[in-house]
Amino acid sequence: MNSKIDPPVEHYRRIRENPRYIALARARSRLTWRLSILVLAGYFLFMGVAAVRPDLLHLPLYQGSHLSLGIPLATLLIVIAWLLTAWYVHRANTHFDRLSASIVKESQA
Amino acid sequence: MKSTGLRLIAAALFSQPLFASAADSPAQGLNLHAIGMFLLFVSITLLITWWAARQTRSASDFYTAGGGISGWQNGLAIAGDYMSASTLLGLSSMVFAKGYDGFIYMTGFFIGWPILTFLMAERLRNLGRYTFADIVSFRLDQRRIRMLAACGSLTVVCCYLLLQMVGAGQLVKLLFGLDYTLAVMVVGLLMLVYVLFGGMLATTWVQISKAVLLLVGGTLLMLLALAPFGFSLETLANRAVQSHADGWSIMGPGSMLANPLNVASMALGLVFGLAGLPHILMRFFTVPNAREARKSVFYASGFIGYFFLVVCVLGFAAIVIVGTDPQYFVDGKLGGPLLGGSNMVAMHLAKAVGGNLFLGFLCAVAFATILAVVAGLTLAGASAISHDLYATVIKRGTASEAQEMRVSRIAVVILGLLAMALGILFEQVNIAFLVGLTFGIAASANFPVLFMAMYWKGLTTRGAIYGGLTGLFSALALVILSPTVWVTVLGHPQAIFPYDHPALFSMPLTFAVIVLVSRLDRSTRAGQDREGFDDQLVRAQTGVGIATASNH
Repeated sequence: MNSKIDPPVEHYRRIRENPRYIALARARSRLTWRLSILVLAGYFLFMGVAAVRPDLLHLPLYQGSHLSLGIPLATLLIVIAWLLTAWYVHRANTHFDRLSASIVKESQA
Repeated sequence: MKSTGLRLIAAALFSQPLFASAADSPAQGLNLHAIGMFLLFVSITLLITWWAARQTRSASDFYTAGGGISGWQNGLAIAGDYMSASTLLGLSSMVFAKGYDGFIYMTGFFIGWPILTFLMAERLRNLGRYTFADIVSFRLDQRRIRMLAACGSLTVVCCYLLLQMVGAGQLVKLLFGLDYTLAVMVVGLLMLVYVLFGGMLATTWVQISKAVLLLVGGTLLMLLALAPFGFSLETLANRAVQSHADGWSIMGPGSMLANPLNVASMALGLVFGLAGLPHILMRFFTVPNAREARKSVFYASGFIGYFFLVVCVLGFAAIVIVGTDPQYFVDGKLGGPLLGGSNMVAMHLAKAVGGNLFLGFLCAVAFATILAVVAGLTLAGASAISHDLYATVIKRGTASEAQEMRVSRIAVVILGLLAMALGILFEQVNIAFLVGLTFGIAASANFPVLFMAMYWKGLTTRGAIYGGLTGLFSALALVILSPTVWVTVLGHPQAIFPYDHPALFSMPLTFAVIVLVSRLDRSTRAGQDREGFDDQLVRAQTGVGIATASNH
């Protein structure tokens, strides 16, 4: 970057050494990795069933229906993945951001 | 069959022109409704550009709209970047032809978004400024890293631009009855006007307008198409099963999973390639802070998921409405080739349920979509040239903002002219391989380097360079040896590498090289690289020190 200001080195150091920052970083990373693994596991499970037991997705939704079980399942996969993003964004924008702002303020010289 | 299906969908969703049969069918006469609506769209976007040009003063305005776009607006713009004209056309055609298989593909195209939200969104915004190279070079050696990142960005941008240009030319020829060369020139020149004068602000608003049009158009079409079924999905499914030649089997997984490794490789490339597309990544720098960045991916994934589901319904409705009406088939033969090529399903459906006026509207939306995507791509390419190559690598950070802006405008013109020239040159070439290549390189070169720079303390400059180059060249080599190039383009009888998409192999290879080289790196630079991580992490987590938004 050609117009880079000196990074606030001291401020960074104090934040880094703040135990609340360490807790925040840990909590956030635990949550984001869990959610990612959940979504990817759901997706690969779905793909796995489609590859190995396609007949399961092909069952009628209910007796006499012309919709198959796979259609609501695929839709649910998308809707649930989206709701999980909604939940994460809400949590990060309220809880984590508040925490982080207070840590930043607390660590100012 | 299976690989045709694969190529059909991959191609279709990412704007590969699948109008092979269009070449055989004569161009339709001038479509006046479509041209009228398109001109209306163009005048509105030119007004937007004029307004944006008056606000675009600094480099930050030009690259990132001054960072003043709200999460909601940016969400629409991101969705617009991802929903290409061919999502509407290609995905609906996939469902029309194969039923449930289209659904399965659609989930793969969606699932990258939540991952992007969880793992990348806030770090992208907190660490980046104009290009994703800002993030990778945050603690690594600026010059070498930016050179690598610019190579990755420009390769992806050029491949994607070429795909879009050829797709645009063929689509417009078919829909509007205009000449191919003329169509490519119109797209190229309009895009130049948007980007050159309006920068990111105009590009974003063009993208937003197009996203709204696409969402509204798709929803309207779905409602019109569901009306004959009394808005009952059960009735629709019943009639679709009766109408389709494959009957009940369209409701379950079909032939596409016969080659699961190819599907896995493609899914991997799409999920992680998404996080390596420079024009998508650039969108994260247009919002003021991480909070808005998160919101924007949330809105974007909502719009994208919704739109994908709508398009799937369109596909099923088309099975009944278009699939049983001889007027949409060549020589009126039901079950034979569709008029205008296999990708025209959504357009025929529009005509069937909404008449010529609605068809014209949808054609105009499709054209607008291509235009907007091309503008975003060019801007991403130009910023890699001016911000990464010119300002850091050539001028070593001494270029003034005015100089950098001038270079980026020159880069826009060069990229625009190049896109037009290549678009015209490649009219008759089968460029399906570019889909695999674009996403292969994005997933194998850009994504691993970016991801490791954000998450792994041990990453060193040398590791990033070797890894990035490995990804670039292995993806390139595997695509050349794949069926789409080795057999289709070069005419050999048997492909050396049996899959169309390289990501399953090239991406893990890149990660392995990055880790191995970084671990063995004992240089002094490597020490600095590792040391810088802790400060980078503080900034990634808290956003302390990020560039703030200028006021508009």
